[in-house]
Amino acid sequence: MTTSSTIAVEKLVKVYKTVTAVDGISFTLETGSCTALLGGNGAGKTTTISIIMGLVEPTSGTVSVLGAQMPRQRHQVLHRMNFESPYVNMPMRLTVRQNLNVFGTLYGCQDVAGRIRALAEELELGDFLDRPTGKLSSGQKTRVALAKSLINQPEILLLDEPTASLDPDTADWVRGRLERYRAERQATVLLASHNMAEVERLCDRVIMMKTGHIEDDDTPARLIARYGRSNLEEVFLDIARGQGEAREAAQ
Amino acid sequence: MSMPSTARVPFSHRRIGAMVLRHWYLIRSSWPRVFDLMYWPTVQMLMWGFLQVYMMQNSGFFARAAGTFIAAVMLWDTLFRGQLGFSISFLEEMYSRNIGNLMMSPLRPVEFIVALMIISVIRLAIGMVPVSLLAIWFFGFNLWGLGLALVVFFVNLFLTSWAVAIFVAGLLLRNGLGAESLAWGIMFLFLPLTCVYYPVDVLPPWLQVFAWMLPPTYVFEGMRALIIDHVFRADLMLQGFALNVVLLSAGVIGFLVLLRSARREGTLLQGGD
Repeated sequence: MTTSSTIAVEKLVKVYKTVTAVDGISFTLETGSCTALLGGNGAGKTTTISIIMGLVEPTSGTVSVLGAQMPRQRHQVLHRMNFESPYVNMPMRLTVRQNLNVFGTLYGCQDVAGRIRALAEELELGDFLDRPTGKLSSGQKTRVALAKSLINQPEILLLDEPTASLDPDTADWVRGRLERYRAERQATVLLASHNMAEVERLCDRVIMMKTGHIEDDDTPARLIARYGRSNLEEVFLDIARGQGEAREAAQ
Repeated sequence: MSMPSTARVPFSHRRIGAMVLRHWYLIRSSWPRVFDLMYWPTVQMLMWGFLQVYMMQNSGFFARAAGTFIAAVMLWDTLFRGQLGFSISFLEEMYSRNIGNLMMSPLRPVEFIVALMIISVIRLAIGMVPVSLLAIWFFGFNLWGLGLALVVFFVNLFLTSWAVAIFVAGLLLRNGLGAESLAWGIMFLFLPLTCVYYPVDVLPPWLQVFAWMLPPTYVFEGMRALIIDHVFRADLMLQGFALNVVLLSAGVIGFLVLLRSARREGTLLQGGD
């Protein structure tokens, strides 16, 4: 692993009983990079992210995050990471401020109240900071989830469909905030998304997965050029439908 | 990039406090939750209290043993609601799909367990303190009059309730909400076997062997010895405590094994049935 590698995945395999979810993938993520993990349903994206977060134990292979082996040494680095995912919610009866207070303390923030004030200003949470989280609109809940994922100013941010079910305006707003955070903190971002326009805008690298394998790995612009397509969505469809190699050869 | 140290990450009282605060926010935000904490203990205490009044009027033995039923029901509630308070708080995390957030946060499993233990004591206190005062008012029975013995009874009962609740939490992590019914019903297995309302001698000899394997049996026998014979059986309490140490260790080990299995099977994010 080079000194600038924040995440190093080496020959990672995950088998659930008889189903191979991840099949021997390897990649490294450099500090400050933004990488998209793309693939259809069942490609192994969520499993890969879950292993990186220490939530799932690999069958074989290794995952190193900030120098710690996951999941064995996860407690040495979890306070330097955070994530946002549609698979989890925050307690609905608690107000936004109470939730952020709890998570700020769990993540070891020194001045939790100050951090909540800063996030409220940055993410425009002020109007609903003292309302129960369950009574917010989808867009407001996404902003709160984003606030929770930034509460500890993480060096690594893992995002699973961060703008799913948002209207285009709110989604654009969220992408803008993510871009700004990454630029300000030199944070390493790993993003799983089905929104190709989002990936093209945010990411400087795309890892394409299919049935647990890495099918391709390049910058969005080079992928589009290599496959002779006009956007990333067409490249995604080529790979998902098994036409990737033929298209690339034809080019 | 700073590398992680090889030293063990210290146990954090601050993270435990954050989890206690999270559940305190929840309890105080919902009056039905507070009402529920007091409702069943009150109903139980009144029912068994009036039954005892009736029996005292018709039996010399029960006249001498005044308070055994009310004390039994309140100690049983400590055992039952100690486990339920822990398990419900854990289930609240699953219902709100917050388990993934907690498992991916720096909160360590042992800190999570300690926080849930503290919350179970708070939940029980909200229910039991008003009920114990009602028992004085209705039946002239003062549970607090048992003094230091009551503390020993509570400690032993809480240790058993936590041991069971910790193991059930492991089953919930491993099997999702499909294991929810265990959280509600597992403690009722203890009701006949731990001889809450009758002496161990009542059981057939072969069943007495199993009864003496359960720590609460020692507490309920000790409670009857104290109220009927006015003797504090320290020997029973020590034996119960020793069994509790074994039971609690088994509960924690079981939880950690099931958590590891949940990590292998990828069930921590699912939480469904």
